[in-house]
Amino acid sequence: MMLFVGSESFFFLALILSYIYYSRKGGQLSTTAGNLDIFKTSIFSILLFSSSLTIYLADLGIRRSNRKMLMFWLGATIFLGTIFIIGQGVEYSRLFKQNITISRNVFSSAFFTLTGFHGLHVVTGLIVLAIILFLIVSGRFRHLENQALRSASIYWHFVDAVWVAVFSVVYIGSLL
Amino acid sequence: MNFRIHIPEPKTPLPDIKTGEGLLQWISTVDHKLIGIMYLWTSVFFFIVGFAEAFLMRIQLALPNNTFLSPETYNQIFTTHGTNMIFLVLTPMIIGFATYCVPMMIGANEMAFPRLNAFSYWTFLFGGLLLYASYFAGGMPNVGWFSYAPLSEKFFSSTPGVDYWILSLLLMGIGTVSAALNLAVTTLTMRAKGLSMTRLPLFVWMVFVNSFLILAAFPVLNAGLFMLLIDRQLDAHFFLSSTGGAPIMWQHLFWGFGHPEVYILALPAFGMVSEVIPVFSRKPIFGYEFVAASSVAIMLLSFGVWAHHMFAVGLGNTFNAFFAASSMLIAVPTGVKIFNWAATMWGGSVKLTTSMLFALALLVNFTIGGLSGVGFALVPVDWRLTDSYFVVAHIHYVLIGGSLTGGLAAAYYWFPKITGRMLSEKIGKWHFWLFFIGFNCTFFVFHFLGLLGMPRRVYTYADFPYLGSLNFFSTMGAMVFGSSFILFIVNIFYSLRHGKKAENNPWNAWTLEWLTTSPPQPKNFESVPLVKSRRPLWDLMHPEDPDWKRGNSKKTQGHE
Repeated sequence: MMLFVGSESFFFLALILSYIYYSRKGGQLSTTAGNLDIFKTSIFSILLFSSSLTIYLADLGIRRSNRKMLMFWLGATIFLGTIFIIGQGVEYSRLFKQNITISRNVFSSAFFTLTGFHGLHVVTGLIVLAIILFLIVSGRFRHLENQALRSASIYWHFVDAVWVAVFSVVYIGSLL
Repeated sequence: MNFRIHIPEPKTPLPDIKTGEGLLQWISTVDHKLIGIMYLWTSVFFFIVGFAEAFLMRIQLALPNNTFLSPETYNQIFTTHGTNMIFLVLTPMIIGFATYCVPMMIGANEMAFPRLNAFSYWTFLFGGLLLYASYFAGGMPNVGWFSYAPLSEKFFSSTPGVDYWILSLLLMGIGTVSAALNLAVTTLTMRAKGLSMTRLPLFVWMVFVNSFLILAAFPVLNAGLFMLLIDRQLDAHFFLSSTGGAPIMWQHLFWGFGHPEVYILALPAFGMVSEVIPVFSRKPIFGYEFVAASSVAIMLLSFGVWAHHMFAVGLGNTFNAFFAASSMLIAVPTGVKIFNWAATMWGGSVKLTTSMLFALALLVNFTIGGLSGVGFALVPVDWRLTDSYFVVAHIHYVLIGGSLTGGLAAAYYWFPKITGRMLSEKIGKWHFWLFFIGFNCTFFVFHFLGLLGMPRRVYTYADFPYLGSLNFFSTMGAMVFGSSFILFIVNIFYSLRHGKKAENNPWNAWTLEWLTTSPPQPKNFESVPLVKSRRPLWDLMHPEDPDWKRGNSKKTQGHE
């Protein structure tokens, strides 16, 4: 899983570098960046970051073989991730209303591609976590000591870490 | 010596050779040997397709002002030829041998993720078929194998060919990345007891290093492909300079993948000849550590040389100087390997089997390709020769003279193990000499054509002095070259039925894959001996003089 995540990081590296290049093409930041809602996105980002903590607690639940603890924190992780995706949807629809779409200009192309691929990864992670939660609830996992959740949690941390980078570059970067 | 260790098999039965039958067995298998064989057949199949395309081009170019192919058809053919040969022939050839041999060479019964292995193959195969599906959807891609933007954008290429090209490469990329992941994890976790990383066979080392190259390089390509696809389908502006985008970004992303890709195709071939040359020189490899370490050096350096494909873009002198220097630097670890192989043969009793001949041909032809590559690293030389037939000569010397020749050496070397029959040496010798002569006749003249100023990717040319005669000579060479492969395919089918039965270890080789039967049973090994040196089978055959007892040898270092 670490290798897969390492490979994925090169994918995002390419997207982030392209974003930096395109967003400041012509020497200064595209004016479209002014339409981003930094405040709301920060709140949703903090929720996503805290989901790293909840999945860590779920991991801890495995190590203590505490089924309830595992189920609770896994559920919390899925909840936080879902809120984040809803937040991203809100941000997108607000931008669409202002007629900022992927085809508006090169900034919006890079913005939607980068954040969209991250969102896709979050959704993938949510699906995986939901499957695992379902398997645990229905009692298919005889042993909690399972590689599947280990791998999923590495992946989830990775998705969070990517958002740290994306959020810093896109949102905090737009203030500079 | 007789201390043997049990190799664990998966407990739950998987659908494989033991349970299935016939076609269903092939479709449902997760056995690394069957998947490896499917990779290799896929490679042979697409090679025939790609060669047919090349042959059509050679017929068209045999005479000046020829009208055998229309310009539109010619564009489609050279694009699919390039994509086909790189992604659908050399890649599966390499992954096929790796999937088949790596688990056996490390004394394992299966890959680390058998199901992922099957997934890799099928994703890859359908990605490849998708490329040709474009033919039925309104035209194959026609913008060259690197699809430079903005030519590949919707405005200039409105047929769906480029879209198919993108999706096909994305699918194949996913398949290749998951195969690489599988191979790396297999090497890390499935080794037999005593087989430390410093005792790994060199082919496994190269595949291992190569896996990291794939894991890092393909995602960059995928990012670029997605951007191009979004440009074409959702009207984004990444590579359209008219609306603020930057076509040059595509070049950076593509070559950021494209140059490591060259080494992705070359490194396993180096690994193959690093197995073949010692066995047929009856000597251990000279400088094992250097061969392995230079691969790591190549891997790291190969990420810092991509812009030598872009000297003509006008990136500035500092930029060009950096990439010229790094490109010359990468020739050093590659040269180290050539000297290691030569030193291995020095003083050995060299047996010129077909496999060994191909390995020697790699030394000769790849060196020529390498030298023209170092020439290109000089910026003014590149400016003079870029986009000419000199480049075409270079790429063919590297990819055919390097990768494909290595693959053929490996084919003659491992065929007995895979099928239980020997490939005919008599036909093999004919294959080799026709291959060697045909290849050099076809492609060496490309150097001269390039120097004379013939641009690549033109469907025809005016009747300037020498152009016609040199091109005609090249087409004749291509016929010899093509006939060598007909012999190869005849040899495969003939030997599968009538070939001499192979013993378990027909070449007296020293690595673990030769320990099991030829062909191996579904379960590769019942048990493997404790590995105490780099040549476990030597130790087994020569209990009076095992490698690990020689105190002066570094081979005995490592654990246990």
